[in-house]
Amino acid sequence: MTRFVLKRLGLALITLWLLSVIVFVLGQVLPSDPGRSVLGPLAEPSAVRALDHQLGVDKPLLTQYWNWITNFPGTSTQYQAPIGPILGPALRRSLELGLFAFVIVVPLGILGGIVSALNFGKPVDRTISIVGQSALTVPEFVSGIVLIVVFAVELKWLPVTATAPTGSGFFTDLKYLILPVIPLVLVLFGYIARMARAGTVEALESDYARTATLKGLPRGVVIRRHVLRNSLLPTITVIATQTGYLIGGLVVVEVLFRYNGIGSLTYNAATQHDIPMLEACVLTIGVLYMVVTLIADIGFSLLNPRIRLRAAE
Amino acid sequence: MSIADVPVESRGALAAGRTEVRRELLRELLHSKTFLVGATILSIWIICAIFGSVIAPHSPYAQNLEGINQAPSGAHLFGTDELGRDMFSRVIVGSRDILIIAPLATVLGTVLGTIIGLVMGYFRGLVDDVLGRFVEAFLALPLVVTGVIALATLGRSNLVIIIVIGLVFTPLIARTVRAAVLLERELDYVAAARLRGEGSLYIMFVEILPNVSGPILVEFTVRLAYAIFTVLTLSFLGLGVQPPSPDWGLDIASNYGQAAAGFWWEVLFDALAIATLVVSVSLISDAIQGVLER
Repeated sequence: MTRFVLKRLGLALITLWLLSVIVFVLGQVLPSDPGRSVLGPLAEPSAVRALDHQLGVDKPLLTQYWNWITNFPGTSTQYQAPIGPILGPALRRSLELGLFAFVIVVPLGILGGIVSALNFGKPVDRTISIVGQSALTVPEFVSGIVLIVVFAVELKWLPVTATAPTGSGFFTDLKYLILPVIPLVLVLFGYIARMARAGTVEALESDYARTATLKGLPRGVVIRRHVLRNSLLPTITVIATQTGYLIGGLVVVEVLFRYNGIGSLTYNAATQHDIPMLEACVLTIGVLYMVVTLIADIGFSLLNPRIRLRAAE
Repeated sequence: MSIADVPVESRGALAAGRTEVRRELLRELLHSKTFLVGATILSIWIICAIFGSVIAPHSPYAQNLEGINQAPSGAHLFGTDELGRDMFSRVIVGSRDILIIAPLATVLGTVLGTIIGLVMGYFRGLVDDVLGRFVEAFLALPLVVTGVIALATLGRSNLVIIIVIGLVFTPLIARTVRAAVLLERELDYVAAARLRGEGSLYIMFVEILPNVSGPILVEFTVRLAYAIFTVLTLSFLGLGVQPPSPDWGLDIASNYGQAAAGFWWEVLFDALAIATLVVSVSLISDAIQGVLER
């Protein structure tokens, strides 16, 4: 088991390093002129050169990469302030929003998938599949705007923005997050339900499920003890990979609902050509995704005796 | 090696067999309600995209500052926006850009992905490992984030959107094709072709490719829906299609403030247009998957 974890950790570190190089190269080849963008088009070329020198962007690439990594996350050119104190709280807010979405969608998606599988081929199954598949292709901003128009503008039940006034209690915060969370839930539901359905269908057709049925166990017990345990394993993996889509969705939802998370931070950094901020955001997103998939891999192997036992030998 | 090296008779026989299978699949598709509904909606949007400016009752760009923010009525079915432009006409003509960009991006990704997937699956070993690592690193970033970075830095043009989405789809499609090729390459017909002395290129593209066209077609339709999703999202973020195009995503972004002030028709019809388009593509995709699985 330890060896398995170490191996996965090593691979994750290599991929992470690859990603940091990609992000760094992106930051370099991107047609940006840091000194010029800070000082504006009217500044003297000598002043621009001086600032470039001060920022270190005129040094060799390897030196720049080393400086970037050792000073990570560095200074934002847009805010003229260290990135850490801006990125940290933004990340926390995005995690809150993302976690809220997961807390709702994971049980809902699994339930949908299981109900679908137990009614394989019947109208219920077709309906859940088609609704799920349709929902996951509707962009977040489309469902988001419809929700805003209906629930915030016309009915005035919920706020238009996602950020509660500072000092609000937990439940007020939650109320502000209800509308932004729904578009994320709609997109994720389809994926999770589809995976849970496929896993359950496969487990239902398996030999052990048949044996359990043949030895006279009631259907409910067969499903609970034998089918679900096995059908939910692949679902864990897909939930982890959906983190990527979730972060992509966060960009849109945070911009639409004016929420200061890492998504809107990335978006602003990109549109304002704030390269250090952009690099920091992108790398953070990459790390986040990798950590989640790593945890999922380990969790998967812990739950799956076949992998656990093979590793123990 | 090329298709010209195949004896003419056997080329004809192969083609005939495949045409029959294709005709059978098409017949089954035409009996599927899901497919028919999806295809009907999609056809309507394609007609709008091609003949939009003829169908539209007004010019989508014509401003009328005396009739701004008008609610839907007989004269303006979907109302007017803050510049008095007819929303009905804008929704109709707005289908054009998305129906050009998204399919082109998907075709690019599918062609490149198929080639790489064939190579990865057929040669396995080192090529597969190296390409696999790159796929991993690529997948750590969400498509929308990649798109935002690329468009913000390389400039906002439709060509950049097509290339970025196509390139991001490439490894995803390659992975699917690779998995299908891994199964195919163990089959007798591949061994037979090898014994006949056929070259790798010939085996990959003439022998294996037609037999993995099912998964490729499914992948194409799934990706197409996702490309539409992404292009519209980028337009909404102001990074995709640029004004004054009546693009749906762009219109929603610019009319968002008006909608919050109560002029809901300025975003709702665009939202419905997007929803019907993406749903029609996923219905078609769903139907094709259903037919191929049977």
